[in-house]
Amino acid sequence: MSAPALDVGAARTALAGACDDVAEAGPADAVDGVVTALVARPASTAEVAEVLRAAAVAGLTVVARGSGTKLTWGRPPERADLVVDLARMARVQDHAAGDLIVDVQAGTPLSAVQEEVASAGQRLALDDPLGGATVGGALATNLSGPRRVAFGTSRDLLIGVTLVRADGVVAKAGGRVVKNVAGYDLGKLIVGSFGTLGVVTEAVFRLHPLPAAHRLVTALFDRPEQAQRQVQGVLSGQVVPAAVEVEQPAEGPGRVSVLLEGIDAGVAGRADTARRLLGAGAEEGDLPAGWGAFPWTPGSGATALKATFALSGLARVLATARSATADAGVTLDLRGSGGAGVLYGALPADTHPVAVGSVVARLRAECTALGGATVVLDAPAEVKAVVDTWGPVPALELMRRVKEQFDPERRLAPGRFVGGI
Amino acid sequence: MSVTHGTESTAGPVLGPVPPEATEATGSSGPDPAAMAAVIEAARAVLPPDSLIEDHIRLRTYECDGLAHYRVTPALVVLPETAEQVAAVVRACSEHGLPFVARGSGTGLSGGALPRADGVLIVTSKMRAIREVRAHDQRAVVEPGVINLDVTRAATPAGYYYAPDPSSQQICSIGGNLAENSGGAHCLKYGFTTNHVVGAQFVTPQGEIVELGGLAPDAPGYDLLGAVVGSEGTLGIATAVTVRLVRLPEDVRTLLAGFRSTDDAGAATSAIIGAGIVPAAIEMMDALAIEAAEAATHCDYPAGAGAVLVVEIDGARAEVEHELAEVERLCRENGAFEMRVATDPAERALIWKGRKSAFAAVGRISPDYIVQDGVIPRTALPEVLRAIAELSSSSGVRVANVFHAGDGNLHPLVLFDDAVEGAGEAAEKVSGAILDLCISHGGSITGEHGVGIDKAAYMPRMFSDDDLDTMQLVRCAFDPDGVANPGKVFPTPRLCGEVPGRRRGAHPLVEAGLAEAF
Ligand SMILES: Cc1cc2nc3c(=O)[nH]c(=O)nc-3n(C[C@H](O)[C@H](O)[C@H](O)COP(=O)(O)OP(=O)(O)OC[C@H]3O[C@@H](n4cnc5c(N)ncnc54)[C@H](O)[C@@H]3O)c2cc1C
Repeated sequence: MSAPALDVGAARTALAGACDDVAEAGPADAVDGVVTALVARPASTAEVAEVLRAAAVAGLTVVARGSGTKLTWGRPPERADLVVDLARMARVQDHAAGDLIVDVQAGTPLSAVQEEVASAGQRLALDDPLGGATVGGALATNLSGPRRVAFGTSRDLLIGVTLVRADGVVAKAGGRVVKNVAGYDLGKLIVGSFGTLGVVTEAVFRLHPLPAAHRLVTALFDRPEQAQRQVQGVLSGQVVPAAVEVEQPAEGPGRVSVLLEGIDAGVAGRADTARRLLGAGAEEGDLPAGWGAFPWTPGSGATALKATFALSGLARVLATARSATADAGVTLDLRGSGGAGVLYGALPADTHPVAVGSVVARLRAECTALGGATVVLDAPAEVKAVVDTWGPVPALELMRRVKEQFDPERRLAPGRFVGGI
Repeated sequence: MSVTHGTESTAGPVLGPVPPEATEATGSSGPDPAAMAAVIEAARAVLPPDSLIEDHIRLRTYECDGLAHYRVTPALVVLPETAEQVAAVVRACSEHGLPFVARGSGTGLSGGALPRADGVLIVTSKMRAIREVRAHDQRAVVEPGVINLDVTRAATPAGYYYAPDPSSQQICSIGGNLAENSGGAHCLKYGFTTNHVVGAQFVTPQGEIVELGGLAPDAPGYDLLGAVVGSEGTLGIATAVTVRLVRLPEDVRTLLAGFRSTDDAGAATSAIIGAGIVPAAIEMMDALAIEAAEAATHCDYPAGAGAVLVVEIDGARAEVEHELAEVERLCRENGAFEMRVATDPAERALIWKGRKSAFAAVGRISPDYIVQDGVIPRTALPEVLRAIAELSSSSGVRVANVFHAGDGNLHPLVLFDDAVEGAGEAAEKVSGAILDLCISHGGSITGEHGVGIDKAAYMPRMFSDDDLDTMQLVRCAFDPDGVANPGKVFPTPRLCGEVPGRRRGAHPLVEAGLAEAF
């Protein structure tokens, strides 16, 4: 499909009335290698709405951007005429400490949210495993980290959302109270939608108290079955872990680490129990730097995978990863929330795309058999060109119908999401 | 069950005629005979004879759910046993343009399962198998008609339970829970149905069977399951549900604290949450609710209490002990004059008995009552409770409060005697004013009972036209013909047809043969 050429001057004029900060895009504004024409920096939900209305009239395709750390996740968009940058919408609008909620603009970095709510001894129980994420980006990519074992993910923490549709209409769902079943929960649809349904401009989250104490208990493993025994032991114990991380590096022994959070006396006792559950050689300590990070460095050109599976399938996934990489002659670092059935993988930048494809296919077959999936989150262009990054998606037809309703002209990040949505 | 207006009462409608906006939403003109004949034929082709109900007397058994003052006799009731049977009936409805309504146990309190006179009621009571308890995966797979408590019963031997615990848990179905995103006393710490349903086999309003979510988390693609949970049967019918099982806690302690006033009890609630403690439950009852519970269950709550709190702490033993001591201290500091801690399961059960039977108990002190379900920010509790008391005294309508204090979910029970001229209207007025109070405090019109037919008219007070229109985009994606439980949730339906400038049909990518590649 060849897109009609964009008249940048005309588009810019159309946007000028909508937002006072519109600039021509530079090379750094490209979206996963796709050149963009314009960048708008609206400062409010109303301004985002104006921008999207103007974009609709001018027929521009639109990609929303937070800090840009995960703009290469998913597939490259077919076109991205306009980047809507939310950097000017970075305010914590309200922290109602007594109600344990926070109301933030979508461009706010997660770290800034944490800083604000920590002043009242609270936290947003959402990890930022790569660092630098904004609220909007974290929602769009369904970002999560180790503490999902105890607190769930964005879908469990988001209680209200404001979004701007492709046609510029502003819609809210949910609200500011933790319990609320009035109307459809649009927040759920937005989480993990990769910017294809609307631009999130504001979000309300439930918060949790910061724990007074924490302890990390770690144990090494040589064989996948051993890791599974350790993880199952901890999960079936009553130690209420905040996180159960599993690492299987390309070489050397693997590691299971269990994070316990709470009050001093309680954490000490549970750490003891966790040590027993993990077996001989388990050690207690503090969180090392980089703990819980994804196994790749952003911008390194690594292929980044996400594998999900039923909890009891951990050993099979670890074993398949080992054999698939050995057969393909490549290396794979695996790390993630083994206690939640999620592992992230990284294949080095120089891995041949065909080898990536074969590892992904093997892992995907295993995870699918275990009720899950394997997705390529990020990869170099050569890999994305030959690998089915999203894989098969059940209920795809229904998803298309949802997209069709929200964005019938396919102007929001077209092609970035599953099935070419 | 018809608890809302007079416990266990089998009396006729107590609030007079169904409001006019409701008649339109119930298809009272009856079915198109030819279409209904075609649907019956399709249903007969897939269902055994005793799974079809056409007899008028038997149809009337299904005329209402827990909100008993709305009554509509369905044109046809079917009791399928498999997803394929459900899909066949739904497909026939869709083809012939007849509405269908799903029904689980019929305990809903917002009229969500109110039938359509021109349509089919699809009842899941023959779909009651617990297919799998997978302790090592912390999951269970159950059919939609399975009773909530039975999931916990099946999982307990393995050391697990199903956390969402509506007070109706001995009778309500998992399918109904999914559709209502039901809550319960312990949702303060553990979250609601939406946090515990991880997968569903689902029949769309066009009769397709799709799998949403599954055993593993974070299925790629849109979180359609998240949209379906809480959609009150308007997006289709769940025919199997995969739920998360939670490990039983090492220790559980239940505290009963008596206060002079709801102000004091509210302040204690805020103090507990403010101290960084997340109890499994914090429930409050006011004097009138206590009086009713006492009369019904002899639960022996502190004499002379203007309010009681039931606080439950669970988790690892050391933490439970520590937090219990903190909670006791905070209750005392905020005016608790009597406290009791249950030390064994029997004592625990007694404390909960008063709370869990409160709705039914109120039915004994008042012939009729309306249950409201509004939510407010927890910090507004004292203020809103005072305002409710003022509403009550100025109108002369008694209001009993028994509710989930920890998450600000009120359940004011507005009492009246329908035999008294005008009493029903006066109660409705107070009830509506309470909802307005919740909205004006930034809250919600419903925390767990759903919008149904009962509160659809209130939706525009909480949401703008654009908000509602956007929600209905989801409806149009799932149910373009508007046959799935029409008339519920939204005050006005959206026409899903062609919108000028909107393209329908295949995506360009599909046409170009690209979309299937990735
Ligand atoms: C005494 C009492 C106490 C209660 N306490 C609570 C409480 O503490 N918390 C709470 O949240 N609720 C409570 N409720 C309300 C009610 O029990 C819940 O809403 C429950 O989830 C309804 O389940 P059900 O099986 O009875 O559903 P029904 O009433 O049969 O149906 C409810 C809705 O679900 C839809 N539905 C049913 N099955 C399916 C399916 N398989 N697929 C799709 N849609 C379906 C129906 O169309 C309807 O819209 C209480 C009710 C009573 C009578």
